[in-house]
Amino acid sequence: MKFGVVRFPGSCDEVDALMACRRFADARLLWHGDRDLDGVDVVVIPGGFSYGDYLRVGAIARFSPVMAAVKEHALAGGAVLGICNGFQVLCEAGLLPGALLPNSGLRFLCRQVDVEVVNRDTPFTRACAGGDTLSIPVKHTSGRYYAPEEALSDMDAHGQIILRYAPGHNPNGSVSDIAGVANRDKNVMGLMPHPEHAVDTLDGSTDGGCLFESLVEHVEEMAERVAGAHA
Amino acid sequence: MKARVLIRPKEGILDPQGQAVERALPALGFEGAKEVRVGRLVELEVADSSRLREMCERLLANPLIEDYEVQVVE
Repeated sequence: MKFGVVRFPGSCDEVDALMACRRFADARLLWHGDRDLDGVDVVVIPGGFSYGDYLRVGAIARFSPVMAAVKEHALAGGAVLGICNGFQVLCEAGLLPGALLPNSGLRFLCRQVDVEVVNRDTPFTRACAGGDTLSIPVKHTSGRYYAPEEALSDMDAHGQIILRYAPGHNPNGSVSDIAGVANRDKNVMGLMPHPEHAVDTLDGSTDGGCLFESLVEHVEEMAERVAGAHA
Repeated sequence: MKARVLIRPKEGILDPQGQAVERALPALGFEGAKEVRVGRLVELEVADSSRLREMCERLLANPLIEDYEVQVVE
């Protein structure tokens, strides 16, 4: 089981994400110019300021060569996790619904927040304990999740709202306190909080680990299923 | 030819930047400015203006959150 973490010019959390992935499985960095994903099982689009966040956050990164491969991977059912800037990139790429706007307070925010797991029946959250709130840091300037009303009720009906900020913890004015969403098939997820910064007791919280653990469980189960089908 | 694309936050979407500017104006004695919205201006020279709309839809604006207006200048 191998994670691939994409490094864009301007990424800054790719090494933390890589180290976090390596606690749970193999992991390697991928470069934005790569045209293939070297057989990784899960793609992580990390935080940072890809391509300087010019024009709009995430707007330019979606045209990089590696994103064509990421799209292909996602369309084939492969798991893709976008963290912070990665979430913004996946929204701009049309792999996730909605968009991320500047924080309602206009300020860069860096703080620990509590996040509720709304849907545990996904490859990203299956290992998260029931009823738990996760303590994970956010650090962003454009984290205000937005989707039009109809899209939101549709997402809600299909279990695509995966994480919400706990009451009183919405730091950025996100609609419906949304902190993380998935596509309809639940194989692509984006979130503003940084689980890769909450995997070691030195971080003050290890709550982010369950996302990586979930993905490992998911990939292993898929592999078992394939092996079973061929047996 | 030269073209200008005006991009602004869609109506109904909170524009904290516009609000901040609106609050700052009275501090300088400019009373009564309302509904301030801050957007972006993209100027470009193009050979074929018929593709400007597509450029806006696919890159210059995010139609989910932004409205745009194309002006061909000359």
